[in-house]
Amino acid sequence: MCFAGISARLMAALVALIMSASVAMSFEVEDRRLYEATSELARINVISTADLDVFDPIIRAFQASRPGVTIDYTVTGTTDLMEALYEDGAAFDLAISSAMDLQTKLANDGFAQNHTPQTATDLPIWASWRDQLFAFTQEPAVLVVSDNFFGDDDAPQSRDELIALLRDNPERFQGKIGTYDVRRSGFGYLMATQDSRNSDAFWRLMEVMGRLDAELYCCSSDMIRDVASGKLALAYNVLGSYAAAQLKSTGGFQIIEMSDYVNVMSRTVLIPQSAENPDEARAMLDFLLGLNARQDLVDASGLPAIDAAALRANPSLRPIRFGPGLLVFLDSLKRQSFLRNWENSLLQN
Amino acid sequence: MRILGSIRRRLFIQLALVAAVLSLAFFLVVRGVAERAAEGTQDDILSASATAIADSLRSEGGHVTLDLPYSALSMLGSINEDRVFYRVVSEGKTLTGYGDLPQPEVPPRLSAPSFETLDYRGDEIRAASVIRPVGTGANAAQVVVTVAQTRQGLAAISRQITATATGIGVGFFLLATALSLWAAGSALAPITRMTGSVTRRGPNDLRPVKANAPDELVPLINALNSFMARLRSSLSRTEDFIAEAAHRVRTPLATVRAQAEITHRKLNKPEHKQAIREMIRAIDESSRSAGQMLDHAMVTFRADSLAQDALDLRGLMEETCDRLGPTADLKDIAIRRDTGTDPVAFTGDGILLQAALQNILDNAIKYSPDDSDITARVALDDNITLSFTDQGRGFGDTDLSGLTTRYTRGANVGDIVGSGLGLTIADEVAKAHGGRLEISTNKKGEGACVSLVFPRG
Repeated sequence: MCFAGISARLMAALVALIMSASVAMSFEVEDRRLYEATSELARINVISTADLDVFDPIIRAFQASRPGVTIDYTVTGTTDLMEALYEDGAAFDLAISSAMDLQTKLANDGFAQNHTPQTATDLPIWASWRDQLFAFTQEPAVLVVSDNFFGDDDAPQSRDELIALLRDNPERFQGKIGTYDVRRSGFGYLMATQDSRNSDAFWRLMEVMGRLDAELYCCSSDMIRDVASGKLALAYNVLGSYAAAQLKSTGGFQIIEMSDYVNVMSRTVLIPQSAENPDEARAMLDFLLGLNARQDLVDASGLPAIDAAALRANPSLRPIRFGPGLLVFLDSLKRQSFLRNWENSLLQN
Repeated sequence: MRILGSIRRRLFIQLALVAAVLSLAFFLVVRGVAERAAEGTQDDILSASATAIADSLRSEGGHVTLDLPYSALSMLGSINEDRVFYRVVSEGKTLTGYGDLPQPEVPPRLSAPSFETLDYRGDEIRAASVIRPVGTGANAAQVVVTVAQTRQGLAAISRQITATATGIGVGFFLLATALSLWAAGSALAPITRMTGSVTRRGPNDLRPVKANAPDELVPLINALNSFMARLRSSLSRTEDFIAEAAHRVRTPLATVRAQAEITHRKLNKPEHKQAIREMIRAIDESSRSAGQMLDHAMVTFRADSLAQDALDLRGLMEETCDRLGPTADLKDIAIRRDTGTDPVAFTGDGILLQAALQNILDNAIKYSPDDSDITARVALDDNITLSFTDQGRGFGDTDLSGLTTRYTRGANVGDIVGSGLGLTIADEVAKAHGGRLEISTNKKGEGACVSLVFPRG
């Protein structure tokens, strides 16, 4: 799936790579498709963490607007994408990733080109950084609860309520809750670290979840599937866009945006320094930034576009801000200590 | 007088130069101060960040460890979008961060962080380093924390400051220039005022200047007033001298002539009578010459400060003809008057005009043969022309333009005595009144025509 699960071993290797010496390493291609132009004038190589079936309508729409462009779309994990550009120096014209922190590090460490958007004049200020990194989706991390366990109005609405509920009913939820294995998922790690910044309740929640033998997952979709089937009572920090898509097709669960705060993640796009055809890449980047004007593509892909009005309307939505702060949890010592804390809380047995 | 440029321009240029120098100084100072302030802000944030990192260093089981505070890096993103690098080195070994970030050349001291500007990964960066002993006692490790940031934000601020400072500097310069233009004009206004008050004076107005003047002009006005006082006394002396001289020369000559005529009557021998007649004639000529020289001196004097009398030129012509009628009668010369009937108004110096007309008519009588006619005419068209036409010998082949030069006489004067001043006087008077003297030889028959031509006011 698009939020690549990666092994702890791989992640450790990545950290070692980023911070110290380099070892040649090839990234793992999960999927790849060539969108050939009818008469090719240009070609762009896109590396992305977004699944083909999610991104396919967007690529086709872009190609319709620029018929002479062949697009080579490669799907990989967030960490692999980082490695491909940071370590291997692989030549890609566009890098699309859901890992805001890793993308920020690419831009900070000089692996991205400057770009001045031509179309997205209504892009909020927080949605770009250094004229290199641009956000084009707005996806909340949500709680999903199974209809088998909760009625219409007894689901917890905040982290404190959730903690109280779990604490008071250990036998009911034992082994019935799921969350990300942050050691394997870049998205899970990003959400957990943001949670740890936002609220002290996070560590209490992790403690409670650990006591209830929480199931650890690599990916949102697996968790959503298990909640929908009733195998899990609830799953915490699930990607809202995926949950909404699954809810439409199967049902069987509720999506709850917590009332205390909701972390909002953005997919980001940058033009790597190694780009061989930056001009076409800029065109595609501008096309992606115009996503909020293409409701048809939002519906087809299930990727919610940037919507500043929604953020204003709901103050508990907290978009993750770009900036050097995102580099903090990529620090090797910080990561070690965070994971140690997380393991101590969650893996009590 | 050589014109040494304009005070106003010089004042303006000097003030503008001063303004330019001040604007430049202002620009440099503002930019310098503002850029130092901006750099100081970046240094402060970098050192705050490094200190925050250093504060979270701790010793765990003999090892130095670090829980990188989120705020330490996020604070760097709060004022700009510059790239951020950091490195934590414990006893020469990189603990975390960018392993290739250069260590400070000047090691920081415990009390004060060190700052450096250097090139790293293709950008200019500013780095702040702090040192912190971690652990206890002799085992404490010296940990150096370096936090660095690129300077694009600073460069942007610097560009903005430069643009603002330039704008203000240019605005200041333009304003100062406009003000100096005004100041130069205003400083010179008393001079203009004084010039006006002196220029507006009538030709005979030699009273002291009483205009209000600034301190600096008081000596000039005093000098001018003292000069005018001297001029006034000198002029009155000249006037006195002319009157005195006329009196002193003419009176004895008149006496001598009267005595000579008496003697002439008493003498019987024709050769003696002839000698006395010669003498009388010489006395007449002397008297006439003296008169003309005095006239000339008077013209020269009065022309400088021409009187503005309201005159009737026809009346003047008539008066002149009346006065010289007896002289003409001696030679049986008839003066025909073709002067019209209406008065001809003119503004000028009556004494001078009379002297001019008298000299012309006198000349005409002198050079006319006995028993001839002289026509005095006043003609009005665009100009006023006062002319005397005689039937004399004319000017022959003489160059007419030279006749008005002092002491120059025609080529065919023959035995007739004269000073050569008559036409000079007439010419100078004409010029003093903005007119001219016209001399022509008659085309038909004999004689010449001498005219005073004045523009009609």
